[in-house]
Amino acid sequence: MKRHLISAADLSRADALLILDTAEELAGLADRPIKKLPTLRGRTVVNLFYEDSTRTRISFEAAAKRLSADVINFSAKGSSVAKGESLKDTALTLEAMGADAVVIRHGASGAAHRLAGWVRGSVLNAGDGTHEHPTQALLDAFTIRRRLTGQGGTGGREAPPCAGGPGGASPRVGTARGAGLDGLRVTIVGDVLHSRVARSNVLLLSTLGAEVTLAAPPTLLPHAVGSWPCAVSYDLDSELPKSDVVMMLRVQQERMTAAYFPSVREYSRRYGLDVARMARLPEHAIVMHPGPMNRGVEIAAEVADSVRSTIVEQVANGVTTRMAVLYLLLGGTEFPATEFPAVTR
Amino acid sequence: MTAGHPATTGNPGTAAENQARWLIRGVTVPGDGEHGSRVTDMLLGGGSVTAVESGLNHSGARVLDAEGLIALPGLVDLHTHLREPGREDAETVETGTAAAALGGYTAVHAMANTDPVADTAGVVEQVWRLGRTAGHCDVQPVGAVTSGLAGTRLAELGTMADSAARVRVFSDDGRCVSDPLLMRRALEYVKAFDGVIAQHAQDPRLTEGAQLNEGEMSARLGLAGWPAVAEEAIIARDCLLAAHVGSALHICHVSTAGSVEIIRWAKSKGWPVTAEVTPHHLLLTDEFAVDYDPVFKVNPPLRTEADVAELRRALAEGTIDCVATDHAPHPVEAKETEWAEAAFGMTGLETALRVVQLAMVDTGLLDWAGVADRMSVRPARIGRLTGQGTLLAAGAPANLTLYDPAAPAEAVVPAGASKSRNTPFAGMELPGRVVATFLRGVPTVLDGKLA
Repeated sequence: MKRHLISAADLSRADALLILDTAEELAGLADRPIKKLPTLRGRTVVNLFYEDSTRTRISFEAAAKRLSADVINFSAKGSSVAKGESLKDTALTLEAMGADAVVIRHGASGAAHRLAGWVRGSVLNAGDGTHEHPTQALLDAFTIRRRLTGQGGTGGREAPPCAGGPGGASPRVGTARGAGLDGLRVTIVGDVLHSRVARSNVLLLSTLGAEVTLAAPPTLLPHAVGSWPCAVSYDLDSELPKSDVVMMLRVQQERMTAAYFPSVREYSRRYGLDVARMARLPEHAIVMHPGPMNRGVEIAAEVADSVRSTIVEQVANGVTTRMAVLYLLLGGTEFPATEFPAVTR
Repeated sequence: MTAGHPATTGNPGTAAENQARWLIRGVTVPGDGEHGSRVTDMLLGGGSVTAVESGLNHSGARVLDAEGLIALPGLVDLHTHLREPGREDAETVETGTAAAALGGYTAVHAMANTDPVADTAGVVEQVWRLGRTAGHCDVQPVGAVTSGLAGTRLAELGTMADSAARVRVFSDDGRCVSDPLLMRRALEYVKAFDGVIAQHAQDPRLTEGAQLNEGEMSARLGLAGWPAVAEEAIIARDCLLAAHVGSALHICHVSTAGSVEIIRWAKSKGWPVTAEVTPHHLLLTDEFAVDYDPVFKVNPPLRTEADVAELRRALAEGTIDCVATDHAPHPVEAKETEWAEAAFGMTGLETALRVVQLAMVDTGLLDWAGVADRMSVRPARIGRLTGQGTLLAAGAPANLTLYDPAAPAEAVVPAGASKSRNTPFAGMELPGRVVATFLRGVPTVLDGKLA
């Protein structure tokens, strides 16, 4: 694996599987009364957040703490950034403090890439502008794999893995090691143009063998989307019956007034996932959303709260997946398959 | 190739006269249409070329052995940002013109987006005087088209034209005169004093927040796209306006294949349209943005390989009239940032001729006579300059550049005379070397260094 995780394109299929398998090992930890490992004791992880994102920051913080790392939270508000310090000067400051890893969330595309040129430690991109959010894609892949791939095999439409029917919505733990997402059909719906989640998912899911389709109004697709490793559709309804996974993207408030679509209602009518649309999905299909949701806009409340929804699971899997990434970037490349010793008091 | 010592035999003449006399031996003068390229001697005196023929001898003149060097008429840049007044931390007239001389230039057009904006006779005269004081090359100020570059009402174009700076080129460069009515009026108005409007073609609405050429790279990097159509739509509109009012339009830094097609069409109609291309658009593509290094952030943005190929073809065939640097110096902190935060622009004066050799001459698209035409003769004509852009013959002003095209390719070091270091060519191996530059017979550069 590379020293930094900036783009999902940094990950080979083997890298991605190593992270997912490691996360699978770590998942067992969440069920223990003491959820902590000594692995990163004495290492420092800085959460450098230039954008508000309680969800992602807490997820990374929990992940680092469960690995016993020291965590420093640096948020743009109330810090020297507010006084006009440049990203480079902030980077040099963190460098001087001996950060082993910097987790950065920034409003500018490429900020994580630039930061990696200025610090010695590992840089983890926790979302940069409209570029990428690779750990979101990893946790999404992890969630899909747990839900839809059988033991050592692959899922897909031909062999729906959730043989138990709708009851198969309960997560299966530890059954999918080594498996990719080969043949699974994932439809990503909404504002692809401005979505870092979509960019990372297209790259990672296709690396793992999934067939990705983007469904969106033409105004919300990049001009050169034809060069991406995925299919494109303007018609959500025709995609739903053949989808194993539907991933709904958040519609940002600022898009609603910038002529990308005529009105929120029309967007919702054409691209929102409501109960009627959900009924067109195959029985085993799951519904994902990276959060935070606009209930009633891109996703109906009944859908968000249905058994198909993995939204809460995605949050839990986020901690596990980020632990795996921190472990592999900071701790080493191999992960013992044996039980982890829990930290004892 | 080194400056010789004054000859000591014969009638030496007065010291002052001899100071002003140079004998350039064995220099190659590119063909001029009538004659082919030839190796000859050239005598400079009294600010002029006094003789061009083999076997020249002049006692008392300083001798420059120019074997292997090409003599080009002094280069003329239609598009330079000297940043003074206002941003003397990035560049001054002194440092910018020194960089120009080192690049082989004897005249530059100083763009109007200074602080205060060059939209009055006072500011253009100040810049013009600073240029005369610096003495490295002629500085011809460009006047703003609209007051404060605000795009709402015309600046006092006639007053700037009548000033000591004799402004003929007007541009809101950096911003587009996007209001079609205002553009029409500007084009019409400058006919009274043979002016030209140099348009920065960029539809503002189509490029809100734009960061990089809209295409595969912008989609992959998540940077807001700057679509080619935003340039082409304005160029098409302005060509039609120029034809309608019969006034001179010059198009700055053309960057797309589609723009070339529109300009080719306008020229085929005989319309009074001229165009320039920058060295960086002749060599670099948006692929260079892959690491988000803002040294490659420029406006208009770097485009695709297909665009680069078409721009080269257009310059070779003359559809694009000239090379203009758009030399845009910025201090380090304006570029050591996130991409979106960084300033647009790159330096170019010191590397322009070498880039043109690599992109145009070494590829067989243009010969040295063509380079003289595209980098000196035509830009001087478009800028309405007198005493610049004249082919080197007896009687011509002694503005010239001696260039060694065979100098071994050397990596560009961003440490020249410019105050700024934002060259996109740093570390790139470029051929050739500017050996000497003469401004009205006086060397501004000798042996590749400021004289």
